[in-house]
Amino acid sequence: MDLLLHLIKKNEVSITDIPIATITEQYLATLEIMQTLNLDVAGEFLVMAATLIHIKSRMLLPAGADEEEEDEGVDPRDELVRRLLEYQRYKDAAAELEQREVLTRDVFVRAPAPVEEAGPREFREVSVFELLGALKRVIDRLPKDVAHEVTLEKVTVREKMTLLLDTLHSKGRVLFEALFDEVKSRLEVVVTFLAMLELVKVRAIRIFQDEMAGPIVIEAAAGMDEAADQVVLEDAEDSHHGA
Amino acid sequence: MEREEIKSIVESLLFVADGPQPLQRFAEILDPVDKRILHEVLSELQDELESQHRGIRLVEVAGGYQLRTAKANADWVKKFLGGRPARMSKATLETLAIIAYRQPITKAEVEAIRGVDVDGVLTTLLERSLIRAVGRKDVPGRPFLYGTTVEFLQLFNLKDLSHLPTLKEMEEISLPEIPGDTISIDQLEEN
Repeated sequence: MDLLLHLIKKNEVSITDIPIATITEQYLATLEIMQTLNLDVAGEFLVMAATLIHIKSRMLLPAGADEEEEDEGVDPRDELVRRLLEYQRYKDAAAELEQREVLTRDVFVRAPAPVEEAGPREFREVSVFELLGALKRVIDRLPKDVAHEVTLEKVTVREKMTLLLDTLHSKGRVLFEALFDEVKSRLEVVVTFLAMLELVKVRAIRIFQDEMAGPIVIEAAAGMDEAADQVVLEDAEDSHHGA
Repeated sequence: MEREEIKSIVESLLFVADGPQPLQRFAEILDPVDKRILHEVLSELQDELESQHRGIRLVEVAGGYQLRTAKANADWVKKFLGGRPARMSKATLETLAIIAYRQPITKAEVEAIRGVDVDGVLTTLLERSLIRAVGRKDVPGRPFLYGTTVEFLQLFNLKDLSHLPTLKEMEEISLPEIPGDTISIDQLEEN
C-alpha cells in the first residue's frame, strides 16, 4: 500500500484517476529491484501486484464485456482508490500524533523515586523447555487409570483462563504446580496449560523461576490487570449468552 | 484550610506523584475539601506555571494531572538525561494510529488497511505497553481485539481518547507532494 502511494505521489498523478498501466509497470519494476537486492518480497506485495494487473486487465475489456460483473458503470479502480485514501487518512493521523508533545522526546516527567523496601527478588524467565518439563511432571503425577472411562468433560480454555485470573487477582502469584492441584484428568491438565499460555501471549501474566530447576511462579503482569479483566468480562458475557 | 495552603499541598502531591493523578485522588487526600475548589486550584497552578514561563508545566493527561518539563527545554533535559529515547518507526506509528482510531480492532483488520503484515509491529507495541488485548472478536478463530493503553495517552499527551486529533473526512484527503525531482506521467510516456 505504501509503495503504491509512493508511486502515485512520485508521478504526480491524481489518486482518483490512476494511470493503471504505468503504475503497475513501476510497481513490478520496484519489486524486481527488491528481489535483485535479495530483499524479501513479502507476499502482500505480490497480492498488490496481482490486484493491479487484475484492474489493468479489466480496464482493457470493453465495458459490459465482463458478464459476471454486473456493475458495468463502475470503475475497476474505485475499490483500490478507496483503500488508498483510507490508508492515507491514517498516515495523516499518524503524522499529527507525531507532532504532539511526545513524552521523552519533547517533554519529560520526573523519574519515579527508588522504593525504600527491598523490591521483589530477581526472577529469571522460564524457557519453553522448562515449562514443558514441568507439564510432564504434572501429567506423570496423575493417577494412572487402568480402566478406560469415557466421560464428556466440559472444560474450556477460557474457563481456565478466568479461573487463573481470579486466583491471581486474590493471591497475586501462584506456583505452577499449584495450578494443577485440583486437576484430575489429562485433558484438564492440557486445557489449564493452554489457558496459561494464552494469558502469557496477551501479557496478562508472567512466568518466572527463582533459580534453575526451582519452582515456577506465575504472577499477574503489571499494567495488564485491565486487559485481564476485559478477558474475564468477555468470558462472563459469553457464558451468559451460552446459558 | 486557606486556599493558598491547599494549592501548596496539591503542588507537593503533584511533585511526588508517580504518573498522572485524577482529581478524585486529590479529593481523597484533602478530604473534606470540595472538588470544585481543587479543580480551581489545579487550574491556577497550571496558569501560573505557564504564564511565568516556568521549567515545569502542569498538564492534564491520561485522565489525570501531571507535572512535565516545558517543551522549550527539551534539548537540555535530553542532554542531562543522556541516552536516546526509543524512536518509533513510521510503520509502528501508522499501526498505532490505526488501532487508536479504530479500536477495538483485530490484527487482520489492521493489516487490511496497511496492506502489509503487522506481526512484528504489534509485538513492539505490546512490549511498549502502548496497546493491549481488550477482548476477542466473535468471528471464527476468535481473534484478539486490540486497543490503546494509558501509556499511549501519556506518550502523546492526550487527556483521553476523545482528544485524539480528528480524522480527516475522506474528501479532505490529498496526497502530499514529494519534494525533489519528480517525473510527470507525460514525460514518462514520452520516453
